[in-house]
Amino acid sequence: MHEMSLAQGVLDILQDTARKQGFSRVKTVWLEIGALASVDPEAIRFCFDAVTRDTLAHGAELDIVPIPGQAWCMQCCQAVTIAARMEPCPVCGGYRLQVTGGDEMRVKELQVE
Amino acid sequence: MCTVCGCGTGGEAVHSHDHGHAGTGYRPVAGGALHFGLGPAGVHVGGMSQQRLVQVEQDILGKNNGYAERNRKQLAGHEVFALNLVSSPGSGKTTLLTNTIERMKGDLPIAVIEGDQQTSFDADRIRATGVPAIQINTGKGCHLDAHMVEHALEQLPPLDKGLLLIENVGNLVCPAAFDLGEAHKVAILSVTEGEDKPLKYPDMFHAASLMILNKIDLLPHVRFDVEKCIEYARRVNPDIEIIRLSAQSGEGMEEWIAWIRREMRALEQTLPVAEREPA
Repeated sequence: MHEMSLAQGVLDILQDTARKQGFSRVKTVWLEIGALASVDPEAIRFCFDAVTRDTLAHGAELDIVPIPGQAWCMQCCQAVTIAARMEPCPVCGGYRLQVTGGDEMRVKELQVE
Repeated sequence: MCTVCGCGTGGEAVHSHDHGHAGTGYRPVAGGALHFGLGPAGVHVGGMSQQRLVQVEQDILGKNNGYAERNRKQLAGHEVFALNLVSSPGSGKTTLLTNTIERMKGDLPIAVIEGDQQTSFDADRIRATGVPAIQINTGKGCHLDAHMVEHALEQLPPLDKGLLLIENVGNLVCPAAFDLGEAHKVAILSVTEGEDKPLKYPDMFHAASLMILNKIDLLPHVRFDVEKCIEYARRVNPDIEIIRLSAQSGEGMEEWIAWIRREMRALEQTLPVAEREPA
């Protein structure tokens, strides 16, 4: 369950940012998760609650912002949107797709006090 | 679709969940970009409360990637070529490694980092070939991360102009996300596992540069469609290379060794001229 490591990564970012920006409570975390990132949003929600217990983010709301998967189709030479890596190009049906975006996992923003 | 978070489809916003858009300072601007306040340190201070917004924009895997880059630099400094071998448990990784080591150990220094939840069985098998091996037991963990590999590198003897083989925890899911500082990920799939694995676990086959189809000596005894498997792998990764071999019988091993040598030369070409060997 690598979502636990990822949730720990989120907590590390929160603690680092708290030191740099001087805040002591995190109320909301906006997390950007791409459709092609190897992470399950529900699992990360579960793990986030577990790792933030008794920390500066105890009880914080986790708002997951989905980012669509983007790819360049080498067959029909255009940018397309895909929901998963094994999907064909929605335009030409080919599989020669180069993923160009939507594989990110980022802490986008925090609401703090 | 909600212009703030992108949820919902079509023209309608679907808000079954609460984003807290109102009063948080989100401001959609032209081109779909969002601004959250442009004050010092990107901080937007909310109107009535002590709450404020802090822009972070940090990759969750940033810490791991930082360690991975450090490993990569350290390895490049010693001209070490590192491979991260990933597969499900029982695909024959360790047999492939011992066979590879037997064929290459006379030509260049080799070391192995073994990842398993428990036991040092694999490292013991590697050490029996005469090359150094470090066992990392992840305990409950499902993958190696770059920090673990950094510590393992501290334990290994110097490996100048050598080959570092990292055998990841047997798992086709989690190791895909963690860069260890390797030159390539190599996914090993044995023909006893089923040809549909590249579609079932696309992240892993997408992350790998090479897929090794192992145990091909068993093909007459199992239902496994090699061509279909290759087609599936190329669906998730059009650039993936494929080598069919049997680590047990030795068939196809030459092609694999030749691939390693070719990629070692390719990596050497990317090093600064000063670090290359004189011609």
